[in-house]
Amino acid sequence: MKQNEKKVSWISFLLVLAFLGLVFWLDQIIKPTNKMYMLMTVLQKGSVYALAAVSMNLLNGYTGLFSLGHAGFMLIGAYTYAIFTIPSSARDTVYQYFDAAIRISFPELLSNSMGSAGTVLGVAIAVIFAGLAAAFFGYLIGLPVLRLKSDYLAIATLGFAEIIRAVFQWQKLGPITNGSNLLKNFMRTSLFKLKVGDTKLVFSTFVPVLIATLSIIVIVKLVNSTYGRAFKAIRDDEVAAEAMGINLAKHKMISFTVSSFFAGVSGAMMAMVLSIAQASNFKAAMTYEILLMVVLGGIGSTSGSVIGSFLFVAASEWWLRGLDSGKFLGIEAPGIFRNGFRLVVFSVIIMIVVLFFRKGIMGEREISDLFREKKKAKGAAR
Amino acid sequence: MRKDKPCILRVEDVTMQFGGVVAVNNFSMEEYEGEIVAIIGPNGAGKTTAFNVITGVYAPTNGRVTFDGRKVIENFPRGKMKKGYLGENAGKYTDHLEPTPDKLTALGMARTFQNIRLWKSMTVFENVLIAKHMKRTSNLFSATFGGNRAEEKRQRDEADALIETVGLSDVRDEPATSLPYGKQRRLEIARALATDPKLLLLDEPAAGMNPQETVELTRFIGEIRDQFHVSILLIEHHMDLVMDISDRIYVLDFGSMIAHGTPVEIQANEKVIDAYLGVTDDA
Amino acid sequence: MGKTILPYIISGISVGGQYALIAIGYTMVYGILRLINFAHGDVFMVAGLMMVYMAAAMPLYIAIPLMIVLTVLLGFLIERVAYRPLRTAPRMSVMISAIGVSYLIQNLALYITGGLNKNYPSIPWISDRVHVLGLETSRVTIITPFLTLLLVVLLVLLINHTKIGMAMRAVSLNFETSQLMGIRINNVISATFIIGTFLAAVGSMLFFTNYPGVVPTSGAMPGLKAFVAAVFGGIGSIPGAVIGAFIIGVAESLIKGLDTILIVNGTITEQIGFATFSDAFTFVLLIIVLVFKPTGLFGEKTTDKV
Repeated sequence: MKQNEKKVSWISFLLVLAFLGLVFWLDQIIKPTNKMYMLMTVLQKGSVYALAAVSMNLLNGYTGLFSLGHAGFMLIGAYTYAIFTIPSSARDTVYQYFDAAIRISFPELLSNSMGSAGTVLGVAIAVIFAGLAAAFFGYLIGLPVLRLKSDYLAIATLGFAEIIRAVFQWQKLGPITNGSNLLKNFMRTSLFKLKVGDTKLVFSTFVPVLIATLSIIVIVKLVNSTYGRAFKAIRDDEVAAEAMGINLAKHKMISFTVSSFFAGVSGAMMAMVLSIAQASNFKAAMTYEILLMVVLGGIGSTSGSVIGSFLFVAASEWWLRGLDSGKFLGIEAPGIFRNGFRLVVFSVIIMIVVLFFRKGIMGEREISDLFREKKKAKGAAR
Repeated sequence: MRKDKPCILRVEDVTMQFGGVVAVNNFSMEEYEGEIVAIIGPNGAGKTTAFNVITGVYAPTNGRVTFDGRKVIENFPRGKMKKGYLGENAGKYTDHLEPTPDKLTALGMARTFQNIRLWKSMTVFENVLIAKHMKRTSNLFSATFGGNRAEEKRQRDEADALIETVGLSDVRDEPATSLPYGKQRRLEIARALATDPKLLLLDEPAAGMNPQETVELTRFIGEIRDQFHVSILLIEHHMDLVMDISDRIYVLDFGSMIAHGTPVEIQANEKVIDAYLGVTDDA
Repeated sequence: MGKTILPYIISGISVGGQYALIAIGYTMVYGILRLINFAHGDVFMVAGLMMVYMAAAMPLYIAIPLMIVLTVLLGFLIERVAYRPLRTAPRMSVMISAIGVSYLIQNLALYITGGLNKNYPSIPWISDRVHVLGLETSRVTIITPFLTLLLVVLLVLLINHTKIGMAMRAVSLNFETSQLMGIRINNVISATFIIGTFLAAVGSMLFFTNYPGVVPTSGAMPGLKAFVAAVFGGIGSIPGAVIGAFIIGVAESLIKGLDTILIVNGTITEQIGFATFSDAFTFVLLIIVLVFKPTGLFGEKTTDKV
């Protein structure tokens, strides 16, 4: 039994390593001009949404707290990351109408003394900063709202996300947030390149994938820890959990804050992948989309959330493209296959999942369970 | 009576009023270490309400609960209740102590539920293991990053040992809710024991059980008391079980206590017989 | 001073009336199904779009009734297809289904309109400009609150004095017991959705007449605000929803004009940008209500059973 567990975690570890290696290799061979670059876009955006979905699943799936504030925390993360990575040379172009109040750029600051290692470290610090900022607001928002039950919690968190969006667009905060104008020219994925000797290494896709992978590993570890089990107990039966000595307020707050932290990190990733950050993009609709990815993968399954996000992104950005541009699966019907049809088909698929396959792709299982089940079946056959 | 032992639970003048309805009226009781005490009474007598007050689910309108020599719950008619209070001893208590149930569990009270509340997505083992969460010394970071391996292993071993003791080893990895009813009850008790309680509170442990299962449960409760050195407070309808294992019994009717004493005394008590209208076993 | 504030109050009352008509749909559905019908705002948007397309194809006296009938049909179908199959499912599933429907409707609208702003047809008489209290405004602004109140009175009469109304009250009080008492739950729920979407359809006419046009996301914000109004008034209570909607409408309108009002007043000398918060304010109000009085102004208290 124990031996088996160890084997499963070794296999998972090697698979993750192989996957990261593959992405690194793809980064070197597929250039933006390549036809296959769509794959890289999907990997980049997919990892943003995968982390967003996994962090939402921590709350909605594992702790049973139906929260719809994710877009707000992602916004905080995106802005924090963007503000702290705008190089001083670009600052005045970005803050066209304001006098920029925050004049620090971590990558720039550290690269002055440490070279390219400093840039890497600076990006890492900015990403962590983004998470911490989101977690801090998550904590503050959690204080009043976590006492609320199910749908009231949903609508209150949704409300807070809207408030955050308004605050970030407020002209009076322009020196920090650039008001309703967008932030740009900060450290984005297209700049993630290093010169090692004579070879130029590209990390444009590798960096977001790596951040998402590390973050998801941490979340998985948390979910499998004694705290994660307590979250599940709260989800299954709050009254019983409290009677067994689990402090509801404290554990809900931990789950909410951790989820906000990683939502902030995914917001930072979104900023670096899209090269812009604009508050008006982080609407409730974004939260709904992430929720639907979680549902697609199966509420309560981390691997499900990852699969759901990548499918969602791949389908809407790539596979179903034809539905928008006149030709799909060899059928030409420009009258029907025009702009927006892809999303219609897509939402119909999602409704079918919601209504008829309520457990999503994975149910509450994980990919690693599949190995175990096979083992069990074999044992039984013997 | 074991009055030579220290008092584990003392309930004083507890009144619970919902709006204009007094569900429990001026209820007092005590339990000494190692005792099995039962609260009985007809349906709607206020047993479960009293139970919920003691375990911290409801804050009493008035009264005090002392557990293990420590005042844990106290309240007096406040706010809207100040005017509308219908009970007695209104001026006697002045403190306001209203802990959440988990605080009481941390002090050493653990309970089961009338309508079994197991964590349904989890196995038997996990149900017991999670109850150990309260005893952790690890923080969020050490738990996440594996800094608590020794503790984790110890808790797993303890959970396994407990499952072994209560005789559920053969269903250790089954989903908790797939067990037959009697075993689910047993698991709920095991889960409560996993918190290392001093006082175990059982809310109608024999509800819905057949006579055979009830006999087994009676024996099981006795064993637990001796093996785990806990005191037990239970609410029950099954008179056989109550008369069999209780050291003392409190009888509630319409929210008020009408009698208390040993099983023999209670069986002979006129008021009790009247309250039950001659029905001594309404299982 | 009064002259500066008055137009904002009048337009606020008007917007409040429109929110009220949407809010009733939310509050009735929540009262019975305990479901936040996230798609309700989108149904409202669809009513607006249908009007745009139908007014171009047929005379208004046919287009308006037809639009109302089709909107009601849509509301009815959404319940049948997306909510009824999940009646025994956990509440979260139904809410997710509602979000899914909202997503589908918005994407469908995006596809049909191509994402372009569709100009709302001007409806004779109610779009006319009139002069009231020395202000020029459209007639719809003036008649909205009266029409809203009329419809609410009719609705309250319906709920208090008809058989279906009595059934609705019973179901919202206790779902299971009503079922055991032989009330046909599904009919009651359908009736609720029909009434709710009917009012939203009427509301959409009043709302969009005052706005330049309809886009696929037009329904989302008014929908959320109407829901907040319902929560504010105490979810399940129709008078509560109406009063909540009027308060939110007026407050929102005043915040939009707060910069101007304060500048005229001399309190401030430059723009502060309060208008940015006209939407967010609604949610601030929501959170204050939820935290301090979760049952709203007129809601009833419920307790959880252990």
